[in-house]
Amino acid sequence: METLEHIIAEHPFFAGLESYYTNLLTGCASNVRFEKGTYIFKEGEEANEFYLIRAGKVALEIFAPQRKPIMLATLGEGEILGWSWLLPPYQWKLHAHAVETVRAIALDGKCLRTKCEENHDLGYEILKRFARIMEQRLEATHFQLLDVYRVGR
Amino acid sequence: MTETVNQYVLENTDLQRLLDALIKRGYQVLGPTVRDGAIVYDVVESLSDLPAGWTDEQEAGRYRLRRRSNDDEALFGYVVGPQSWKKYLHPAEVRLLTAERSGQTFRILNNEPAPPRRAFLGVRACELAAIAVQDRVLLGDRYRDPIYAARREEIFIVAVNCTQAAPTCFCTSMGTGPRVREGYDLALTELAGPGKHEFVIEAGSAAGAEVLAELAPASASASASSVASEAVCREARAAVERAASQIQRRMDTNGIRDLLYANFDHPRWDNVAQRCLTCANCTMVCPTCFCTTVEEVSDVTGTHAERWRKWDSCFSQNFSYIHGGSVRSSAQSRYRQWMTHKLASWIDQFASSGCVGCGRCITWCPVGIDITEEVRAIRESPASSKESSHGNP
Amino acid sequence: MTMATAAMIDPMLPQPYSVRQVVKETANTFTLTLEPPNGAGGNWFQPGQFSMLWVFGVGELPISISGDPAERDRLVYTVRSVGQATHALVSREVGDAVGVRGPFGTGWPVEKAEGRDVLVIAGGIGLAPLRPVIYEVLHNREKYGRLVVLYGARGPRDLLYRKELAAWARQRETQVLVTVDYGGLSWRGHVGVVTTLFKYARLQPARSLAFACGPEIMMRFVARDLETHGLARENIYLSMERNMKCGVGFCGHCQYGPHFICKDGPIFPYDRMRPLLDKYEI
Repeated sequence: METLEHIIAEHPFFAGLESYYTNLLTGCASNVRFEKGTYIFKEGEEANEFYLIRAGKVALEIFAPQRKPIMLATLGEGEILGWSWLLPPYQWKLHAHAVETVRAIALDGKCLRTKCEENHDLGYEILKRFARIMEQRLEATHFQLLDVYRVGR
Repeated sequence: MTETVNQYVLENTDLQRLLDALIKRGYQVLGPTVRDGAIVYDVVESLSDLPAGWTDEQEAGRYRLRRRSNDDEALFGYVVGPQSWKKYLHPAEVRLLTAERSGQTFRILNNEPAPPRRAFLGVRACELAAIAVQDRVLLGDRYRDPIYAARREEIFIVAVNCTQAAPTCFCTSMGTGPRVREGYDLALTELAGPGKHEFVIEAGSAAGAEVLAELAPASASASASSVASEAVCREARAAVERAASQIQRRMDTNGIRDLLYANFDHPRWDNVAQRCLTCANCTMVCPTCFCTTVEEVSDVTGTHAERWRKWDSCFSQNFSYIHGGSVRSSAQSRYRQWMTHKLASWIDQFASSGCVGCGRCITWCPVGIDITEEVRAIRESPASSKESSHGNP
Repeated sequence: MTMATAAMIDPMLPQPYSVRQVVKETANTFTLTLEPPNGAGGNWFQPGQFSMLWVFGVGELPISISGDPAERDRLVYTVRSVGQATHALVSREVGDAVGVRGPFGTGWPVEKAEGRDVLVIAGGIGLAPLRPVIYEVLHNREKYGRLVVLYGARGPRDLLYRKELAAWARQRETQVLVTVDYGGLSWRGHVGVVTTLFKYARLQPARSLAFACGPEIMMRFVARDLETHGLARENIYLSMERNMKCGVGFCGHCQYGPHFICKDGPIFPYDRMRPLLDKYEI
């Protein structure tokens, strides 16, 4: 059975990170599971962790008045869920809904933020990786905004 | 064509015999006439139908006919009118098919009339080159256009060497004139002056030689009277060289394909867009423009349908319409498309320039846009070195 | 005579095919099956080619052939009704005639994919011109490596060929992933643009050929992402589209840079398209 440290070290998101840092991260990590239909976090709640999804599917949702919940995107195996823990005000901006049972590694955000403040090299490595994720999400969001399949203008 | 072809002299009045010989052989002869203040191609049967003593004044955005100041009755003393021979070879409107509905299906009726056998009288070197350009597009590519093919085969061409140039001409830059080189059946050089009006004539094909033999029967035995003397031949050559020396406009075509591909974002396109009305005159008068559209025609009962092919222009707003909008919406993009296609993409598509230097687009542009000037403007201040575009590695 | 030789004689003359079947795929998209007039020979087309379909007295359109190339007795087209001519086409009833010209254009270079993994990426109705490729690969399974189909549509109600997608997913060495831009409450599949599916595709980029078809912006995003994932530009193929009046290189409408989409395309390798895709209003 794989140890947490092994899973984290092998995860593509952390590729290239020195083992000293993966050790640090392991100290902030735990195994979690969310049953199908439950919410992993809700908009407005304090953002204290992020997740490496190992199985299942998460839908990012927004609730707007007089409208049904809008599903913005789904994330699946191998993807990273959540970056609001990284920057103030450390609050979730969306709902994360487990549309299939989700198994993940949760990383404690407060714990990680403290370690990043203490060790800026670690902080930079973490920020670089999250910046790439944000760029990919932004580009996908632009693409989604274009509504390319809509018929007519 | 070459020095070894015999040249003969025809008196001005003898030219009627040329018309008669062609008509006798079943050709409908088309040539220049004066109508609505312009030289217009139409059926000609007698010399009196031709624009004797007329010449044209052309400049960017200007065209006028006036009487020749030499006070001669030259028949071909003009340069080029607004029309070109595509009027007949690639007509502005032609029916593609007629179909009749029967039950759930339809039948296509094979009832298109065959086009008449035609002779073109007065084809300039630039026009010959333009016909060759359209031949390549409509006959020489993956598919053959049967409408063009039917009209093109058996055309008898009487070409005319230019003895004067208009300010808008630039055939010398495009390597197409003023002397005709190939693709004609007979070629004339008109020598008109005080007390003299004759044509030096030579054959460019077997069909042409056959007609020429009838006109200058002495040619068979090379008797003195109608064989052109050395002096007359020299005079004819000099007349054509004089036309070349009158050419004022130039287009530097060195590397023009890469130049235009590399300058897709040149500010000159915005500049010309402010002047261009997208009126499409240039595409209508251009002898090589070939774009068409197809229109459906049906009757009230819905049992009879026709498909018509009509000239279209890349300048029209809807030319590039797809999925709810036009790809080339701005005037800038449409002018750029026309000019880049004509001078650059055409080379990749058909291995030659699409422009023959006839200058019609300059004359007939209502705001006087000059394609030679647009090229010069881009050449003189090209964009800073960028990756070459248009998919060429 | 076969359609190919008819085109050689007069490429502008349609042959009256008759409608055998009309199937509704989505609210505005229908699949027509046409059969040739009596006595006409078998139809042959390359996946990716298109026909010019004529509705008597109404109009003519370029439509990709979306059937199985092995079924020589019919031609199948999936048509989205967006205007007068497409509406007339999808309103045809069984037995009605539709004029057919073609097939025209270049096809997907499936032969280049022999021995390699095939990645098919479709956006919206772009799945229609790609379906013949999927049939070809599945009918000749041992000639090709893995087959991965990534399909994105606007919403669940816009998905085409749902039953077939499920059937394809069950084939060996075949992966089918579907996503929608807008999910809706009952959708339990992926939500997001089709590029978000790339990370799940199980294939070796170095030995893959990708065929992509969909709106032009979608193909730009897709091709860029494919390169990031390790595919070479010359192994990525796109199906381009422009206004067409003739389909045979005479009307001039379909020009894209120096290319006539009707005869130099519609299928092009990405390396040739990349410099043009970036240019506005070309």
